Amino acid sequence: MDIHEYQAKQLLGKYGVNIPPGEVVYQTHEAENIVTWLNEDKIVVKAQVHAGGRGKSGGVKVCSNDEEVIQTVDKMIGMKIITPQTSEDGKVVRRVYLEKGYQIKNELYLCITIDRETGGNTIIYSKKGGVNIEEVSEKTPDEIYNMKIAPGSDLLTHHARTIVYNLGLTGSVAKQAQKNILAIYKAFVSLDAAMIEINPFAITNENEVVILDCKASFDDNALYRQRSVAEMKDENEYDPLELEAARHDLNYVKLDGNIGLMVNGAGLSMATMDIIKYYGGEAANFMDVAGAATPERVAAAFKLIYKDPDVQGILINIFGGMMRCNDIATGLVNASKEVGLDKPLVVRLEGTNVDMGKDILKNSGFPIKPVDTMEQAAKDVVQMVKEKK
Amino acid sequence: MAVLLTRDSKIICQGFTGAQGTFHSERAIAYNTNIVGGVTPEKGGSKHLNVPVFNTVAEAKKSTGCNASGVFVPPPFAADAILESVEAELDLVVCITDGIPTSDMQRVRREMKGCKTRLVGPNCPGVLTPGVGKIGIIPGHICKPGRIGVVSRSGTLSYESAVQTAELGQSTIIGIGGDPVNGTNFVDALELFLNDSDTDGIVLIGEIGGTAEIDGANFIKSWKGKFKKPVAAFVAGAAAPKGRKLGHAGAIVNSGDETADAKKDALKSAGVNVADTITRIGDAMREAMKI
Repeated sequence: MDIHEYQAKQLLGKYGVNIPPGEVVYQTHEAENIVTWLNEDKIVVKAQVHAGGRGKSGGVKVCSNDEEVIQTVDKMIGMKIITPQTSEDGKVVRRVYLEKGYQIKNELYLCITIDRETGGNTIIYSKKGGVNIEEVSEKTPDEIYNMKIAPGSDLLTHHARTIVYNLGLTGSVAKQAQKNILAIYKAFVSLDAAMIEINPFAITNENEVVILDCKASFDDNALYRQRSVAEMKDENEYDPLELEAARHDLNYVKLDGNIGLMVNGAGLSMATMDIIKYYGGEAANFMDVAGAATPERVAAAFKLIYKDPDVQGILINIFGGMMRCNDIATGLVNASKEVGLDKPLVVRLEGTNVDMGKDILKNSGFPIKPVDTMEQAAKDVVQMVKEKK
Repeated sequence: MAVLLTRDSKIICQGFTGAQGTFHSERAIAYNTNIVGGVTPEKGGSKHLNVPVFNTVAEAKKSTGCNASGVFVPPPFAADAILESVEAELDLVVCITDGIPTSDMQRVRREMKGCKTRLVGPNCPGVLTPGVGKIGIIPGHICKPGRIGVVSRSGTLSYESAVQTAELGQSTIIGIGGDPVNGTNFVDALELFLNDSDTDGIVLIGEIGGTAEIDGANFIKSWKGKFKKPVAAFVAGAAAPKGRKLGHAGAIVNSGDETADAKKDALKSAGVNVADTITRIGDAMREAMKI
């Protein structure tokens, strides 16, 4: 689960990380009080959306007087941020963060994440902060350092010391940076984070270490014991179909294509997206009917995909294992009646009672085509969607 | 002999009397698996599915001599269940549970360092040796005794692989699971199959996220002379967008090495026959074995 920058900063602040003074607003008039309360020469106004690259899209503005702040907030709320990380439609700004602006002399990079190789955590850091870190790693990989912490072990003072020396920091700045890094790591472990990225990890002209921008995401599996994090979920940041899928315990991710998919198993679902692409089509979604593919779950998942206006045709790929295909077919036909199916639907079922399942689909009176193999299913659905256009 | 699960295995189920534990133990017993008992705290001393229930793994081991366990315990308690079997020094623990917090698995990784127990999973379909038995949820009827070793991160894609290699049959099917921090990885499974006299060819099914497939490719590259076996592979997720998690906690592309294409290239350069689509994995295996 992702959270907003201001929420990440609130959490880190509780662990003793040095966070610039700031406050979030939802409406322009709220900004008036905040500006007075902050009482700073410079205030940075930042759109709060779950997408990187907002600076280049007008989502961050440095303001030098109160009026400018209020005008900027007014303009930002309701505007759409379009970055390489959002869809073509962009994301609507509903929350804006106001925080103290600084004169910065040094921008560094710091990121903590899970290290899959060791099973521990890894701290990635660089002197080259403030920019797209992927560019740094492509052009000058030597400028990126990696500190691996063994599974279940703490970040110790000597680890933090190594990091700050590699970052070229000395004196009081080094001490502050060390304290901040230890605090960020503590927050990462205590809150079951999956990633905390600080970019830039900044040094001001007054030699203060501050966390200027921060992205954080958390382990979904641990949210049950991280209430303070779970409560920060902003449902506006999610596709409405994804939220509905989550309520049905379906693994659903909206994608850019026009072929709706319903598959059991995450791996088979990915492989189905792949084979559609292989035959020249594009999936409108990833969908894993997790758990047992019961007729009820299959029907719920089917109705959800059908709601997506981008979907021109549907492929259902169920490897039943222990499920009875006739039950699944009945569930599908009932769901087709409910939605008044008028889009091509190709179905590949594998499991027990396959022939019974196919007969039910064939005789349903709906445009449902049962096929024998996944290959045939992909070819057919791609072809049918092309013909429909 | 096959790997991991053999005729000598004595198996227990942790979370035995729960809905999942019961359902899948019934099927394992119907598949003639040697299930000697189960563990559910507070239910020790009773019988379930005609075998004894114990309060702890240690008691189960003392009484039955079990050496392997299947874990069907809910996510908040699953890491503890794994470590209970590790402390009881079982040879094999297969954890089916999906949704265990990553930091719990990091703890498991730390505690298991240097110990003799092998962990498969979590978030996996389990292990099945056709004709011998199974721990987990792989449907028995789709697997046939034979000489192909299957190792897969995805459950359903291991089933596809079993169906497509039906006429060759399988020595053992190992589902290593889709979590970022797990037990057995591709290198471990490849090594088991390489050293198994009952395995002639290996199917490897990877997916996006992490670099375990690349480690596997490097290991295959190191096989020398006569001591090597043909490998066919598929990597799921070529059509996946960057930065989106697709179902499995571990199936997310964060960097260039983690894409399906990078993994396929690494496997190809190790001499592995890589299938374009999952539907061709059976053909790819037969080609690699020159059948």
